[in-house]
Amino acid sequence: MTRPNAMLELDPAVVRRARSLARKAAAPVVKIARSHTTVSVERATLRLAGLAGADHERVPWVNHLVTAVRDEVGLEHGVTTPVYDALLRGEAPDLTTLAQKAASGNVSFRLPSGREATAARRAAAKGVGAGLRTIDRSRATRDRLITRHGDPKTKPWIYLIVATGDIYEDIPQAQAAAREGADIIAVIRSTGQSLLDYVPEGATREGFAGTYATQENFRLMRAALDDVSKELGRYVRLTNYASGLCMPEIAALAGMERLDMMLNDSMYGILFRDINPIRTFVDQRFSRQVHARAGIIINTGEDNYLTTADAVEAAHTVTVSQLLNERFAKEAGLEDWQLGLGHAFEINPEIPDSFRMELAHAMLARQLFPDAPLKWMPPTKHMTGDVFRGYLLDGFFNLVGAMTGQGILLVGMMTEAVVTPFLSDRDLALQNVRYVMNAASGLTEDFHPPRDGYIQTRARQVLSEAVDLLDRIVSDTDAAGDAPLLAAIADGTFGLMKRPATGGKGLDGVSERADDYDNPATTALDAWTPPAKETGR
Amino acid sequence: MSAAKQQPEQAAASAAAQGNIIRPYGDTTGDGMVQMSFTLPLPHDKKAEGAALQLARKMGLDPALLVHAKAMGPDFTFFVVYGSSTHLVNLDDVHVVEREYPLLSAKDANLTIKKQLRRKLVVVGACIGTDAHTVGIDAILNIKGFAGEKGLEYYREIKVVNLGAQVLVPELVARARAEKADAVLVSQVVTQKDAHIHNTTQMSAAFREAYPAGQVPILIAGGPRFEDGSEKALGVDRIFGRGTTPGEVASYLVHEISLRKGKKP
Repeated sequence: MTRPNAMLELDPAVVRRARSLARKAAAPVVKIARSHTTVSVERATLRLAGLAGADHERVPWVNHLVTAVRDEVGLEHGVTTPVYDALLRGEAPDLTTLAQKAASGNVSFRLPSGREATAARRAAAKGVGAGLRTIDRSRATRDRLITRHGDPKTKPWIYLIVATGDIYEDIPQAQAAAREGADIIAVIRSTGQSLLDYVPEGATREGFAGTYATQENFRLMRAALDDVSKELGRYVRLTNYASGLCMPEIAALAGMERLDMMLNDSMYGILFRDINPIRTFVDQRFSRQVHARAGIIINTGEDNYLTTADAVEAAHTVTVSQLLNERFAKEAGLEDWQLGLGHAFEINPEIPDSFRMELAHAMLARQLFPDAPLKWMPPTKHMTGDVFRGYLLDGFFNLVGAMTGQGILLVGMMTEAVVTPFLSDRDLALQNVRYVMNAASGLTEDFHPPRDGYIQTRARQVLSEAVDLLDRIVSDTDAAGDAPLLAAIADGTFGLMKRPATGGKGLDGVSERADDYDNPATTALDAWTPPAKETGR
Repeated sequence: MSAAKQQPEQAAASAAAQGNIIRPYGDTTGDGMVQMSFTLPLPHDKKAEGAALQLARKMGLDPALLVHAKAMGPDFTFFVVYGSSTHLVNLDDVHVVEREYPLLSAKDANLTIKKQLRRKLVVVGACIGTDAHTVGIDAILNIKGFAGEKGLEYYREIKVVNLGAQVLVPELVARARAEKADAVLVSQVVTQKDAHIHNTTQMSAAFREAYPAGQVPILIAGGPRFEDGSEKALGVDRIFGRGTTPGEVASYLVHEISLRKGKKP
């Protein structure tokens, strides 16, 4: 279905320039990510080493242990060396006991040197290696189940959301959605979760406008979808969110519990959640490395740019964000088939030619990233409460999706901005998708925008504006001498939000790595390369 | 709709006679026709259709016409019903809030602020609680504005402090005090489990606690799903709904500070 024909006749030199500028903008930020660590990266590492659970006040043991080590020896050496040194010294028989003792202040940590340091590092590598092998096994299990049950017969894959707040309500809803035709189930997180600096524990029933992302919730939902995959004879994928302050930990949990897709945007947390930029980029890189290894498809959040800015004027910011997301993802080891780069149908329908522009923008994304699945997201900003008009808009959204060979289609609900969808709204929405795909997906064969016509011209214009913006970004500077991309974020280049590198939530959880920094997870992930075949999914 | 043809003359005549009595309009004056859709947790069969019609009649649709029924899985059926509503609305009993202040141009608003305060009017805005939808607050505050009107940042005599999304209430109160805010605007879009109501009442209570009586800034809540006239229940001075323009907010602010100035000279 995806046909990377040169339908738009873009100038290959301009496309190359766009990519090289994105690389240039990303490079200094990657350098920062490689030279820092965060509390969440360290906690994720301990989770890979098998430390789970929480105290009676539901504070996770990984938080206790990282806090204790940080207070005594600092974060800059990595926590695993002092942690495994304490285990080797016989302070506790295992990580959980050590964390419990650390929580009550009954254990002292030190930074070992010489042979003791070597021994601690070796033990840490062994401990953390177990978690990485769990991730590898999960990936192999997914591949096996896909072979057994099969992928969805047609593209785009149909992406539906459940969001009850209660995992035990989510499960039957998710299974019902899969039976109704969903290929991907996304469990929306409780809205406050991105700003929690810990991952809640256990099965949860009290989420707020969504369900908490926890290891147990991941496990329960994946098991339920395995059942329904078997029943339907098609592998139903599960999506959650690796974003917010605990991005690395959630990525690690998702990898171990075999989630299939994760929302993971390079700048969303900074711009829309006011999370510190450095914290975000450091956490980001680690989480993407984990996703790469886990064979997880990431979904990026470019739709957000269009909901806060004008979708015509800001069209090029989507392209810029896609290029940056692609660059950061590739650097972290993700492959093209794992890049669900986002874009959305958000142009004001009152504007003349709005549909033609949507088509041009969607074709531009398709052609710039021919091997990426692309996630196509429905209208939200111009859904007014007039559900009838909304249903029509969703139909046009589906039509663009059909005509441009999108990989992942988030199903639009006519009740967007009104209520959480009724059962009937979901049924109607799926009828809408099915009708359009059935009636018009063959149009990709017939429809070619005429040379230098409206669509080609508009696509070229957006691309050239994107190149101009990238040009401005790489030459941006600020008084503090930050990386140009950070300076650009600080002065409000994206989404009109000014986010300085010294501001935002979570900055106090960032440390510059010392020369003797050791983290067996990052060492292994840096050295990892994707398996040879695994293309064209 | 054929179902309405039964007594059109009578209905039209009585509507005309009663003047202020209103019924829905389908395609003929006084036909009372409405359309609705709903789902029943029943498999689709004759009994389910009968249940749907009975429900419609109990809701005041008589005659009710079942125009569409479709099974959604084995356990649910979706219905579309048309029918003539037997209910009447007397306009004399309908009470709504009309705007009680004049709409000012940006220039006039600036002028009045200057005259009344002899300093800039300080507005602090935020999306509070877990809500991350800044569309509303940005439309009112950002210079870009909304519906062709520039936002409050554009007003020379208004100082805007936009705290953005997911601001905690204590943080908002602290910032309002630090900035000596004259008015606080909060935006609430997410309505699941009445989040907008809880967040707003929590916010207004926090302000009342933090400020001496009578010195609380003007509290304004904005969002698409607040109920008209629920200011008092929410503890705010004013609610603005869908489609509000920055000019309306500015005009209200000017009106309210003038009122307050008048009260305590």
